[in-house]
Amino acid sequence: MDRFFTWIVAPGFFGSQPVQVAIVIGGLAAMVSGVVGVFTVIRGQSFGGHALTDVATAGGSGAVLFGLSPLFGFVGLGVVGAGVMEMIGVRRLRGRDLATGVVLGASTGLAALFLYLDATTSGTTAGATQQILFGSIFTVDSSMLPIVIGFGAVAMGIVAAVYRPLLLSSVSDDIAAARGVPLRGIGLLFMLALAVSVALSALTIGAILSTALLVGPAAIALRLTSRPGVAIALACVIGVAVTWAGVLLAYDSYTWGSSRQGFPVSFFIVALVFLLYVASAVVRPRALHRGGG
Amino acid sequence: MLSIVVVGDAMFSGFMVNAWTVATVVAVIAGVVGFFVVLRGAAFPAHAIPNGAFAGAAAANLLGINVLIGLGACAVLAAIGIGTLGRRGRLDVATALALVLMLAVGALLLSRSSAYEPQIYSLLFGEILGVSTTELLPVVALAVVCIAAVAVLYRPLLLSSILPEVGEARGVHAHRMEIAFLVVVGVATAMTVPVVGALLIFTLMIGPPAAARSFTDRPLAAMLLSIAIALVIVWSAIALSYLSDWPIGFFVGTISAAAYGAGRVSSAWRRSRRARTTATAAAAVAP
Repeated sequence: MDRFFTWIVAPGFFGSQPVQVAIVIGGLAAMVSGVVGVFTVIRGQSFGGHALTDVATAGGSGAVLFGLSPLFGFVGLGVVGAGVMEMIGVRRLRGRDLATGVVLGASTGLAALFLYLDATTSGTTAGATQQILFGSIFTVDSSMLPIVIGFGAVAMGIVAAVYRPLLLSSVSDDIAAARGVPLRGIGLLFMLALAVSVALSALTIGAILSTALLVGPAAIALRLTSRPGVAIALACVIGVAVTWAGVLLAYDSYTWGSSRQGFPVSFFIVALVFLLYVASAVVRPRALHRGGG
Repeated sequence: MLSIVVVGDAMFSGFMVNAWTVATVVAVIAGVVGFFVVLRGAAFPAHAIPNGAFAGAAAANLLGINVLIGLGACAVLAAIGIGTLGRRGRLDVATALALVLMLAVGALLLSRSSAYEPQIYSLLFGEILGVSTTELLPVVALAVVCIAAVAVLYRPLLLSSILPEVGEARGVHAHRMEIAFLVVVGVATAMTVPVVGALLIFTLMIGPPAAARSFTDRPLAAMLLSIAIALVIVWSAIALSYLSDWPIGFFVGTISAAAYGAGRVSSAWRRSRRARTTATAAAAVAP
């Protein structure tokens, strides 16, 4: 039994400080992403959710340039970008994707400039680009914890405050409008929650994992159940589970083979999310029958 | 006056000729393929395929094969994967998950090879000013392939983009068209990413065609207009980048967004003027 345990969990896992921080912050980010993600997937805003990671990254590299904390850049430009997307976005899906694309193009252009200026003024080079893009969950500082909790609470609080009208407008614009739901206001509030949640996860666990944990667990959950409350809980559980499993596998991978070189966490988490998503397509028909439609 | 002449002289000399040529080819491709990207609302796949194809470049680097082959194989695989996954679920979810999978595999491959780091920035943001003549040839060759593919697919693709049901009735398989179209995006991407970067090609596929569509409803006119706008954008971006020394991606990104904004404003203005004329006419007719 003991040997089995050390085979699953390489020695020193629970004592390692980076692992503890990764478990706590990664779990929190996965939970916030799960809640916001269910609405993102229902509303068909995966592209917006992904684009906001790049917008936030542009803000982060810009803040470095002006000597501000990257956090303000991440959240600040993320919120502005989300607002612009929602304002110029047309109700129809195609028009909205286009508006998202234009905002994404403009902000990656800004990122190119900021990263270039960062490199020429302060001497940080391509390493910074890689850090921002693939930011590792193991390099997060434990001092980030209050910030993660604070911003996570803001995103979850917005969703909780407008839960019913948000759900109604996500499922059907027309019914929501008929019931007197202010669609524009709800849309803007949701984009605000999305921007805060994405900026938070992009900053702590990196842009790749931010999108993976926003869209993946929510999409899997929505394939398994059609009840929104259950889907949200399920998305949180799946998100936290794959994050912790990914951290564990990445830690274990240092002991695999002889090279003593680990695999990146993002690879394991994304691979797990992807496998579960593909597997959930097989499960779905049965779940639908059981639910009676 | 003299300095303008000198700068103008240097801007068109030697290695700069390659930059102008490749930018022109890329703008034409982006205009042609981007017209359909905008028509089909496929902005997300058009972003995901070039960005994800970077995993192919990382793999090629690790295996020691030609980067262009790695990019091309990865882009085509991504196109087929997104099309197949999107058939069973939501296309945007499938695209997002395919993109993060490719990026994560890319990150994994990068962690295996250490000599690669400085090239990431150029893969994302492009190094158009450093294009060599040997890099030029495959770009032009694949550009011809791309335009030929769009020319062959033109009518069925147009039909299935605007009226998918009518297309199905006429025997145009919507799903097959989707995959064929995504593969064209993949090919267009693979050849241009190492030269202009994933950012530039995506921005050029969205901004100019979206702007063109606010000026005309006729497909061919919109396509030609989007090529023209793309050409103006890249040419001015090269000139500005040369003069200011700032990255070309910044100019392409912001000028494209400005072009789209101008298109939106002009179509809103025309719509309100049309509404006003209709209102005046209605008032005149009313007793």
